[in-house]
Amino acid sequence: MDTDFFLAWFAGMAELIRLRRDHLTELDAAIGDADHGTNLDRGFAEVRQALAEWPPTSPEQVLLSASNTLIRRVGGASGPLYGTAFRQMGKALDAPVTPAGFAAAFEAGVRAVARLGKAAPGDKTMLDALAPASRALTQAVQEGVEVREAFERAARAAEEGALATIPLLARKGRASYLGERSIGHEDPGAASSALIMAALASVES
Amino acid sequence: MVGVVLVSHSAGLAEEAVALARGIAGERVPIVAAGGTEDGGLGASVDLIERAVRDADQGDGVVLIPDLGSSVLTARLLEVPGRIVLADVPFVEGAVSAAVASGGGLPLAGVLAAAEEARGHRKL
Repeated sequence: MDTDFFLAWFAGMAELIRLRRDHLTELDAAIGDADHGTNLDRGFAEVRQALAEWPPTSPEQVLLSASNTLIRRVGGASGPLYGTAFRQMGKALDAPVTPAGFAAAFEAGVRAVARLGKAAPGDKTMLDALAPASRALTQAVQEGVEVREAFERAARAAEEGALATIPLLARKGRASYLGERSIGHEDPGAASSALIMAALASVES
Repeated sequence: MVGVVLVSHSAGLAEEAVALARGIAGERVPIVAAGGTEDGGLGASVDLIERAVRDADQGDGVVLIPDLGSSVLTARLLEVPGRIVLADVPFVEGAVSAAVASGGGLPLAGVLAAAEEARGHRKL
């Protein structure tokens, strides 16, 4: 996986988030402050713009540039969280990027999200999509399946994880102030994490 | 003196909390507001917080006091163990305690501990 692969991943994220912007905002309107879709759409559009203006020359640079933009330009909690995930992932990547290296770096990014947010799976957060995606990816790579198949499994695990947040009680973030009224709604952060993984599975390689 | 940075979603809230803490702890305390986004909206800006940390830092360390949500997450990105630390405390009470402790010349660990004591303060 080279620099172009990572650029295509971020381009795919930006497109999917634009397409699903209103859906993410609707999810956030139910249990949050109704800005997740617009915040992320603006943030990822700026990620693409920054990557176009200052072309990166390595996968690590792609991830660090995206991280900087997201931390600075997304006003809500998802900026620091996704920014930290991509920063840690970038730092953990070794060149050339192998499927096993990608999976290990992705896991490092997911762990950093858990540390920053002091969240655990089951708290009804983006971690409920990212953690199963990371596990599925690592397992698929260990089984030696083709990389495309590994990414598809990770994307499915993220999607299932996001939908599995519906019956959960939110323990972190603004939704946690709602207590039991947070039950019955999909977590918007988990939903956007599933889109990030869907974008990974659809990168042409 | 130890610096104190108040990080809020709201610029107005951060600035008024700084004014209150200064009024109680004294004008010399290096306490700085980092509220809202750079375009004046509600939210957290890592650049504004970074600037406030620089303004508050006299070389004795800085305690960051965030209000909630993305203020906490954004402030945590700037933590440097033993130098720039985050206090998990009620915003107003923690700000006043930290400012008084800083004005009293306590070191970083003392200011942090004073701020954290504010969590248990009863009003009645």
